[in-house]
Amino acid sequence: MSSIAKNYETIRIEKGTSLLRDALYRLKKNKLALFGLSILAIIATASLLTPIIAPYSYEEQDLIYGPQSPNKEHIMGTDDLGRDLFTRILYGGRISLMVGVLATIVSLIIGVLYGSIAGFLGGRTDNIMMRIVDIIYSLPFMFFVIILMVIAGRNIYNLFIALGAVQWLTMSRIIRGQVLSLKEKEFVLAAKSMGVSKGSIILRHLIPNAMGPMIIYSTLTIPTVILEESFLSFLGLGVQPPMSSWGLLITDGAQVMEIYPWMVIFPASILALTLLSLNFVGDGLRDALDPKAKKD
Amino acid sequence: MIRYILKRILSTIPVLLIIATITFFIIRIVPGGPFDSEKALPPEILETINKKYHFDEPLYMQYLRYIKDLAHLDLGPSFKYANRSVNEIIMQSFPVSFELGFWALLFASIFGIIAGILSSLRHNSRVDYFFMGLATLGISLPSFVLGPLLVLIFALHFNILPVAGWSSIPHMIMPVITLGAMYTAYIARLTRGGMLEIVNQDFIRTARAKGLKERTIVLRHTLKGGLLPVVTFLGPAFAGIVTGSLVVETIFNVPGLGRYFIQSALNRDYTMVMGTVLFYAVILIFMNLVVDIVYTLLDPRVKYE
Repeated sequence: MSSIAKNYETIRIEKGTSLLRDALYRLKKNKLALFGLSILAIIATASLLTPIIAPYSYEEQDLIYGPQSPNKEHIMGTDDLGRDLFTRILYGGRISLMVGVLATIVSLIIGVLYGSIAGFLGGRTDNIMMRIVDIIYSLPFMFFVIILMVIAGRNIYNLFIALGAVQWLTMSRIIRGQVLSLKEKEFVLAAKSMGVSKGSIILRHLIPNAMGPMIIYSTLTIPTVILEESFLSFLGLGVQPPMSSWGLLITDGAQVMEIYPWMVIFPASILALTLLSLNFVGDGLRDALDPKAKKD
Repeated sequence: MIRYILKRILSTIPVLLIIATITFFIIRIVPGGPFDSEKALPPEILETINKKYHFDEPLYMQYLRYIKDLAHLDLGPSFKYANRSVNEIIMQSFPVSFELGFWALLFASIFGIIAGILSSLRHNSRVDYFFMGLATLGISLPSFVLGPLLVLIFALHFNILPVAGWSSIPHMIMPVITLGAMYTAYIARLTRGGMLEIVNQDFIRTARAKGLKERTIVLRHTLKGGLLPVVTFLGPAFAGIVTGSLVVETIFNVPGLGRYFIQSALNRDYTMVMGTVLFYAVILIFMNLVVDIVYTLLDPRVKYE
């Protein structure tokens, strides 16, 4: 704690600093967050460039030797259908990351709108709206995702809508808290006195000012969603073959792990590494943007 | 206090009604039902089935019938398991899930709190880093990876625990650890954070100044305040344990309610799905109430009207 305070003093004396620069400085000091960030950069690049860097095509089979353990041609081995595991992990990562990011965006939109409206209107409306959130919070919402997946069909679009639709609760609470304090500020009063409509005040003034917590919480939502997607895929309710995701690869691998352990070891380690990195970055961002929150 | 509890219990009735209504209509709006099969049933049989389950009535009549039965705590007959009511299936399978969840949460609380206390007492030491590293790993390791991993090591390699099933204590060890691991990690982190926050407070300094033993300070004073975040977390933890048991029961072939729920969702066994959701909603609402009451006991500043 004291070292941070000291560093903070030095930069302030040297050049004067903005909140953003200060945050970046603190983030750079956080080795775990930097480690997470570089891992994520590698994984994201690999997913974007998958069609170019994948050594084999998605469904190409090499059946002569059956499932192969890692070797020169297949650095992570092949699966029980003779498909290159490294290629499948790359393609699966695209799906897993896409579900993670898109569902987070869905939750962000719902949560931010809901939370900012509740916080801005305040009073009775706020009370009722937040009471509803409290109630949904205490329910087994994974059950609702499962029901949605069963009745709406198991395709990937339903998947991220269903996951996003249950992830917005915490986001809405955070945004409401922000808006409650922001709406008392002078610039909102100024906007009001100039006759700006309520909708514009929320969209143009309140939401942009609550950006910090939004970014932090989104970083922490993505791993949750990725985990939930693999959870559903494990139960046979998520991504459907021949498409693949990390969750599905782990499920397939887990069934044959006594004989072909590499089939579960590689996808599971990559999933765990990604989740770990996202959590490091999320925690790092929180500490960087809100030094007071750094208690432990 | 009693008025508060009564009010909370009464307020769950509209909540349950809303859940029942939403699930009922979501499920019924979509085409396809439990009696759709590859081979078309003879029309006479289909007619009998429709009559028996009242599918021939308009939707709102079916809805009113369902709500009326619900008011009598009757969740209706299962569509897929002939001749068995949803109540029967829940009564039979829930005790298994309860046992699994109970031991998992107990395991998580005991080990999580001990690890958290040790970490906070040796703040920023090797012990601290070790436990917190383990906790981060625990949060990042999903149950469907941990479960098979434990099976691989303890059942297949060392051959000391049974692979699956639920008939003796050795059978229970791996499912309980798999389900509890993530919550152990959360509880350890929360305990550590809570303890560190309390350690610097005035009343702890007073306790030290009085010359109390370090042990008494930790157990009687710090722990009581330090555990508050853990108690708050118990509400979401119950929900997580319930959800997590879906996967753990599937991995270890445990005959609990979670596995029945997945089966009935895949089979479109409407009444079973709705019954399970409502049943778990009641359980979770009740658990949250218990958590809130425990909270007032631990923190005298919190009062409910």
